[in-house]
Amino acid sequence: MADSAVAFDEAVAAAAEPERRSARWDTLRRLWRHRSFKFGLALFAIIVAAAVLAPWISPVSPNKLQMRLRFEPPSWDHPFGTDNLGRSQLARVVYGAQLSLFIGTMVVLVNAVFGTLIGALAGYFKQLDNALMRINDAIMAFPAVLLAIGVAAVLGRSTPNMILALSIVYIPRTARIVRSSVIVVSQMEYVQAAVAAGAGHWRILRRHILPNSMAPLLVQLSFLFAYAVLTEATLSFLGLGAEPPAPTWGNIMSEGRQYMREAPWIITIPGAALAITVMALNLLGDGLRDVLDPRLKIQQ
Amino acid sequence: MGRVILRSIAGAIPVVLLVTLITFGLMRLIPGDVSAALGGITSTTEEREQIRKNLGLDEPVHVQLLKWYGGLLRADLGRSHFLGKDVTTATFERLPVSFSLSLYALVITLILGIVSGILAALRQNTWVDQAAMMFALIGVSMPNFWLGLMMIVLFSVHLGWLPTGGYVPFTQDPIGWLRSTTMPAISLALLQVGLLARITRSTMLEVLRQDYVRTARAKGLPNYLVIGKHALANAMIPIITVIGIIVSLSVSGAVVTETVFSIPGVGQLLTSAILNRDYPMIQGGLLFVTLMLVGINIAVDVAYAWLDPRVRFERG
Amino acid sequence: MTLLSVRDLRVLFGTEHGEIAAVDDVGFDLAPGEILGVVGESGSGKSVTALAIMGLLPKPPSRIGQGSIHFQGQDLLQLGERDMRRIRGPGIGMIFQEPMTSLNPVFTIGDQLMETVRVHQHSGPKEQRERAVEMLARVGIALPARRLDDYPHQLSGGMRQRVMIAMALICNPKILIADEPTTALDVTIQQQILELLLDLRDELGMGIVIITHNMGVVAEMADRVIVMYAGKIVERAPVNELFERPVHPYTRGLLDSIPSLADERERLKTIPGTLPRPWALPAGCRFQPRCRWRVEACASTVPPLGPVREGHESACLRQQELAAE
Repeated sequence: MADSAVAFDEAVAAAAEPERRSARWDTLRRLWRHRSFKFGLALFAIIVAAAVLAPWISPVSPNKLQMRLRFEPPSWDHPFGTDNLGRSQLARVVYGAQLSLFIGTMVVLVNAVFGTLIGALAGYFKQLDNALMRINDAIMAFPAVLLAIGVAAVLGRSTPNMILALSIVYIPRTARIVRSSVIVVSQMEYVQAAVAAGAGHWRILRRHILPNSMAPLLVQLSFLFAYAVLTEATLSFLGLGAEPPAPTWGNIMSEGRQYMREAPWIITIPGAALAITVMALNLLGDGLRDVLDPRLKIQQ
Repeated sequence: MGRVILRSIAGAIPVVLLVTLITFGLMRLIPGDVSAALGGITSTTEEREQIRKNLGLDEPVHVQLLKWYGGLLRADLGRSHFLGKDVTTATFERLPVSFSLSLYALVITLILGIVSGILAALRQNTWVDQAAMMFALIGVSMPNFWLGLMMIVLFSVHLGWLPTGGYVPFTQDPIGWLRSTTMPAISLALLQVGLLARITRSTMLEVLRQDYVRTARAKGLPNYLVIGKHALANAMIPIITVIGIIVSLSVSGAVVTETVFSIPGVGQLLTSAILNRDYPMIQGGLLFVTLMLVGINIAVDVAYAWLDPRVRFERG
Repeated sequence: MTLLSVRDLRVLFGTEHGEIAAVDDVGFDLAPGEILGVVGESGSGKSVTALAIMGLLPKPPSRIGQGSIHFQGQDLLQLGERDMRRIRGPGIGMIFQEPMTSLNPVFTIGDQLMETVRVHQHSGPKEQRERAVEMLARVGIALPARRLDDYPHQLSGGMRQRVMIAMALICNPKILIADEPTTALDVTIQQQILELLLDLRDELGMGIVIITHNMGVVAEMADRVIVMYAGKIVERAPVNELFERPVHPYTRGLLDSIPSLADERERLKTIPGTLPRPWALPAGCRFQPRCRWRVEACASTVPPLGPVREGHESACLRQQELAAE
């Protein structure tokens, strides 16, 4: 790589550093002042805490059968009640949070990596753009949940397959967002200047374009987390999630559905937990969008 | 205008080709030997051979691909051995049910979503705005199958007002149809209401800032014309483009909603196909629904152009 | 006889910096057939004044702090929205800076012209159409009947501004407020539009308030001029008097920079500094930080608007000295 390119990078970085640091603080401050962001963060923190502290919140295993305690309504001893097999619903819901958040996190990570890769390639290399975006368009033409159902159905039920199915569905949506911000950023003057200074493609992408197109990605990923958790629950509910007796929220509701007359708490509580999680993530995403990129419209 | 129609159709061709290819490829994702999976461990070699033959898996891939496209040209999406019918026939039989439910949900979505979005924009930062946006947030966060179940518990089990499920065709008994589809339609619509309300609000706020709205006021037009004519006509253009997304969400939602309310539509056809490992039905149903959506998106493009004279009269 | 009489007008805006006065103690009169020029930089409060007269300021964040706006004997500030609507159009018409965005892109110009007639007069579709064609012809649009079915994007910028003028005048208003009507147009088109406005004034006899930052436009159009700076009137005079014997240092600065009227930044080079932020106004005279003639008292005393000569007023502590130069 040309020395001038390295020098240029360093000059830009040195010039931008103090500004960047103060901008970062400013962003954090504005996020902290954003009411719905704070509320979303608090809700999400509660759910994460419940998942992490599951063994302490519920010493009983989620799969422990207690046939004497079938269909216990919520009470002091069984805060969320028990199901048809006498399993503690509290245990099942908090361990279910673990699984839901794990799957959501994995989908977000996979998307962050592959969505960024595909989006950056398509946005930066014009030759690849057309082909990659056609495939993207085709995958996005399928209704999201239906495609996830299709993929999960042929792969068979398991947690890794669920992650794979959700990733296939959502990566094109992430890639599309990264691509459009990469296109905008590559036309900025400082990128053009770096090109003129003789910097290599990889270096320009890594040092200049990607760091500056992260805001929309971050917004997308927080909404994606919400979709992933929601879709996972939907698929589990339809019998396509992790193999029972794994306590995912969708599985619990799927099994509890036939007892909803006698024991409505079995479906009520995991559903409420799911709704709260999704709402928390939506609030986080809204806050990030308002603060990081106010021009972004509500999109899928 | 004709140019616009041709252009959106032409734009859809590569998408359709790829969608059909992906759907074909999907069946080849099944890990291991399908026939073993379908036939069970106890099945004999002959039985498995027969299963492979029925699925058309005994031939080389390129022959399978040719047959797949040949079939598609004749609107043949394969045959469900489980149902003993063509996939196309089975889907078409169920289509009116899903269609009437989706249409009902779409009407709810459009009315509630657009009205609450406009009200929120007109009363920005007041309690009306906050209430509408809170409602929208709940709408986009609530899992629709759970909402359906909760409504069944409340309105069917406890209050006994509405049936827990099932379907009555409109042509047979309109009241019965309304009773059987209202809860499913609401649970299906809520997510999209939330989405549409948010988009309508932000679009409307954008439009209300425009110079031509100020011009309309400066001419002394009454409020209903300023908002209902000048602002809304412009706001509808971006809102229309969201309809494609909404219909797509509604199709996904219908699969789950129909299962929850035991409504014999295309969605339920697909979920039972999943449970029965009826792969041709899954594949065909998925493709059928997706192609329908591609068609709807073409219609949306055309509607978009028709609403916006700048596009309508575009040359070249 | 005065047609429009603005007194002590004060318009406040709620902002994150607290409530600020975008327009402070502004007053002027307009007679039938008269053209009043309102000059100032963007941010001087001239457009806010115009919108206040039309009752088109968004409330909140804005509110009228004090003052009155009398039109034909009625205080417009006391009128309800319904009565105000009857003033807009038949009483006072308004045209804006951006003819590109001021017409609604999704309706034909015929529709937009005719609906104005429809809401103010009880006439049939045929009369509305005839009136629209008549007005288009009057603003110099060729083949007006054919143009009715055109959409705004099919017309050039100059044509669109003509349509805007036709729309503002279609109900025979007594007053036309023109907010930077030529700023967005080419120089040759600017000239045509200004001449059109002068012709229409002669023909129809309405009073015109023309808002501009361009001294050339003022020289060509106005009978009398008020100069605004940071929400206040700093000088008021008949047009010849203002150009020949400007008193206020700000007016002088504006006039000094006429030759390069193409670009606003270029134009104001002769006055150092920039317009103060409305929430950080300097004490005393608002212009003093930029003023060549500043004395100590300027930073503590707010100069009142006072007579310099017959019909000529200025708001400067040293105006007698400056006038005598």
